[in-house]
Amino acid sequence: MQGTNSLMKTLGLLQGPQTLGKGKPFWSAFTLVVALACAYPLFADGYDVGNNVYFFNWAFMALGLSLIWGYGGTLSFGQTAFFGVAGYTYGVISINFGDAYGLTIFALVASVAAAALLAAALGYFLFFGRISGVFLGIVTLSVTLVLERFMAQTAGPEWRVGAARLNGYNGMGGMPSLTIPWFGSDIVLFPDVQLYYFTLALLIACYLGLRILVNSRFGNVLVAIRENPQRAEMLGYDIRVYQLVTFIIGSALAGLSGVLYTSWGNYITPASMGMTAAALPIVWVAVGGRSDLTTTLIGAMLVLAGFQALTIHGSQYALVVMGALLVLTVLIAPRGLVFGLGTLVAGLVNRKPKRQGE
Amino acid sequence: MAILETRALNKWFGGLHVTGGVDFALQRGEIHCLIGPNGAGKSTLFRLILGEHLPTSGQILYEGNDITKAKSFERIRRGISVKFQVPGIFKALSVRQNLQIALQHHCPPAELDGEIDRLLEFLKLTEARHQLAGNLSHGQKQWLEIGMAVGLKPRLLLLDEPTAGMTPDETAATGEMVQALNRDGVTVLAVEHDMAFVRQIAHKVTVLHFGKIFAQGTINEIVADERVAAIYLGDATHA
Ligand SMILES: Nc1ncnc2c1ncn2[C@@H]1O[C@H](COP(=O)(O)OP(=O)(O)OP(=O)(O)O)[C@@H](O)[C@H]1O
Ligand SMILES: [Mg+2]
Repeated sequence: MQGTNSLMKTLGLLQGPQTLGKGKPFWSAFTLVVALACAYPLFADGYDVGNNVYFFNWAFMALGLSLIWGYGGTLSFGQTAFFGVAGYTYGVISINFGDAYGLTIFALVASVAAAALLAAALGYFLFFGRISGVFLGIVTLSVTLVLERFMAQTAGPEWRVGAARLNGYNGMGGMPSLTIPWFGSDIVLFPDVQLYYFTLALLIACYLGLRILVNSRFGNVLVAIRENPQRAEMLGYDIRVYQLVTFIIGSALAGLSGVLYTSWGNYITPASMGMTAAALPIVWVAVGGRSDLTTTLIGAMLVLAGFQALTIHGSQYALVVMGALLVLTVLIAPRGLVFGLGTLVAGLVNRKPKRQGE
Repeated sequence: MAILETRALNKWFGGLHVTGGVDFALQRGEIHCLIGPNGAGKSTLFRLILGEHLPTSGQILYEGNDITKAKSFERIRRGISVKFQVPGIFKALSVRQNLQIALQHHCPPAELDGEIDRLLEFLKLTEARHQLAGNLSHGQKQWLEIGMAVGLKPRLLLLDEPTAGMTPDETAATGEMVQALNRDGVTVLAVEHDMAFVRQIAHKVTVLHFGKIFAQGTINEIVADERVAAIYLGDATHA
């Protein structure tokens, strides 16, 4: 009785003041999108399915940044540091231990934990040192750039961890794909249908989990800190702890992106922690609407697809377009283009039933 | 017994001596008003009590414990709460959420909704509960801010100009609310310019001038004090 009750309470947090979308219309649309996503591999060819996994891989980083920046009000410019650390850690562990007995799953967990640990150490220094605003952005950016530089100079054969060569600017390759141990034969999550479903399931779980988190008491305090940190503290909250926990969760998600990406392409390079890589997540999240998980997700997918289309068709201006898009967003819809549309639709949907009732 | 005590409290901002050796004692259960000309250091004294600024020297005792170096949130958890001079509400959040954030810390989850509704009713904000706090009228913002401070169920309530911008009716209602809280055992320290309001609520009045305690007494004693009238340049004689 008690158990089901608290479960219902928790599920009730799937919608709330901190998330756009509630009631039948939203969850119908959500179910439809999930159904379409599940059916997608039946219609698309292998390349497109693999490409979609690539998009999904980045979504975790986007959601994490939405949590840290959009909900918590802290602009981290260096989420790629956690992406890279987790990616390289996955490479080192999985190259050394192989992919039998579910060891790649262990590598995934350990790598995400490594990213979370780095976030805990860095975040402790930042938040307990009361560093905020633009300085926090500078410090996080510096961290990712330092890591990039460091990894770039590991070309020599002496830079190895066991069997894993770091390989400098060319990047580390040859790590096994994620593999789920299964009776009879293991399921190798090679860029293909299985990996697609695995990543999709993980993405849905993270999205829903984050919805619950931001609508919980924790989420209430988090947005209060974004709005007015001093007031939040004067209501008795140790805001440093909230900011730190948020930073760790968001960075662990960036780490998850890193592991999935590395396992997807069996490859990771220092450039994944470079300036360009660090700036892009900010564009995805800002354009969609960072202060909402759904608009962040939609925005990130759209921008990623647009960016890829531009680069595939040989445009050298893809990055310039990204920059222009960011500027445009800031000017037209500072809270995000998708967010602006979303609130418009939500307003229309919510108005209708009221009129009928009256 | 003093609920709050400052001992030789000093605060310098660069070359500016804003709090000048203040020895101040606030008795448990009293409503104490802090008055003084603009820039006298009233808000700064509040910030020192709250830990937002650390004093250059001196000591702050709360319920007999030294809290001079305690973090702000620790002081709040010990039972101090504040309504700032400039309302520090969460503008982009709804009125209800503002109160929820203030209450959820100490209120058992099962009672939270009822408690918020009661407080909304009390603040006359029930109608406006789904509005964004930033869209409230100035007076309503003040009420919300007071509601958030009261919602913490403090033992010591600090009010920095609670009635600024309120209509006479609202001011009177605020006075009644402060007195009701006080009857329930809350000690109140209020900065106030409105001398009618001070007369309505204050058991005791302290005048701050250039960061120092200039005079202390009942409202009648203070109003009768010619030295006090002089520093206000006739201002305080409105009462
Ligand atoms: N953070 C700060 N840095 C420098 N000077 C400050 C700071 N805070 C306040 N002051 C100065 O300290 C003096 C006292 O300010 P305070 O806000 O405490 O006055 P007040 O009595 O609350 O005035 P008012 O009635 O106008 O609210 C003023 O001269 C102000 O300019
Ligand atoms: Mg003041």
